[in-house]
Amino acid sequence: MPRSLINILGPLVIVGALVSLPVGLAILGVIGFDEDLLFFILAEVMLLSGLLVVTMRDIIRCGLAMIVCFLSLAGIYVIAGAPLVAAAQVLIYIGAISVLILFAIMLTQTKDAPPSLVFQTQALGAGVASVILGLIIVITVSATDWGEVGTRLRTATDALAEVLFRDYVLAFEIVSVLLLAAVIGGIYVAKREEGGAP
Amino acid sequence: MSDSLDAYLILSGILFAIGTFGFLARRNAISMLMSIELMLNAVNLAIIAFGSFIEPLRADGSVIALMVMAVAAAEATVGLAIVMAIYRNRRTPLVDEYDAMRR
Repeated sequence: MPRSLINILGPLVIVGALVSLPVGLAILGVIGFDEDLLFFILAEVMLLSGLLVVTMRDIIRCGLAMIVCFLSLAGIYVIAGAPLVAAAQVLIYIGAISVLILFAIMLTQTKDAPPSLVFQTQALGAGVASVILGLIIVITVSATDWGEVGTRLRTATDALAEVLFRDYVLAFEIVSVLLLAAVIGGIYVAKREEGGAP
Repeated sequence: MSDSLDAYLILSGILFAIGTFGFLARRNAISMLMSIELMLNAVNLAIIAFGSFIEPLRADGSVIALMVMAVAAAEATVGLAIVMAIYRNRRTPLVDEYDAMRR
């Protein structure tokens, strides 16, 4: 099979598998058709791209998979009823942090580094530990009674603004000072020393 | 499914575990920073879920999530600046070769 055909067919097969599983579940009546279907597809895409971020060998592709992960997470925020946070996720994470990380990847990539040594020697132990951690979290969440769980409601933006600028105004100001300090500190740490080593 | 708090919390727990694996297992410093971003996003998802399902926390959840995002942006800035500064001296992004203080 020629390589270009694989490059076209492979993503199609993956997308087909990702879509057909929740659609099949919806037809069987396990999950609902409207928002449940969308939630399931977004959750699948998010977990798959998150796994790709931590397992792929090419770090540029890891960065691109991270953008996909953040984007599907923004969709989940919209379903959960926080559209303003979803917009901020797209602006801050995809627009700023991902681009910053991609620039840092391009600045630190070297041709002579062996790409096969992606993982530390303790990767197996780390895998076992994180699987156990995930299982513990899942079991704890399903066993806990969360008490007064209401129905899912959209957070109105004006109510959010009122809370942000009345109850949390001190935290807001502190965060703005923190961002200023981070910008100045980042410039100071990353700038080239005058007359030092090149 | 999208109407139960447990689904969101389980999703965020799994994403947090994935981020933990990446942080413990990767050798590249920037990969470790990306894993930290995944973990921060998992925590944000849990906060959003609590905020949208529990009535007294309704707007507070979104506000706290926005604060976490701003702090994550500051953390990424400083972390990447430190990685760039070390890279300029050591010429490698692999963390297990940063061993100047234990030799």
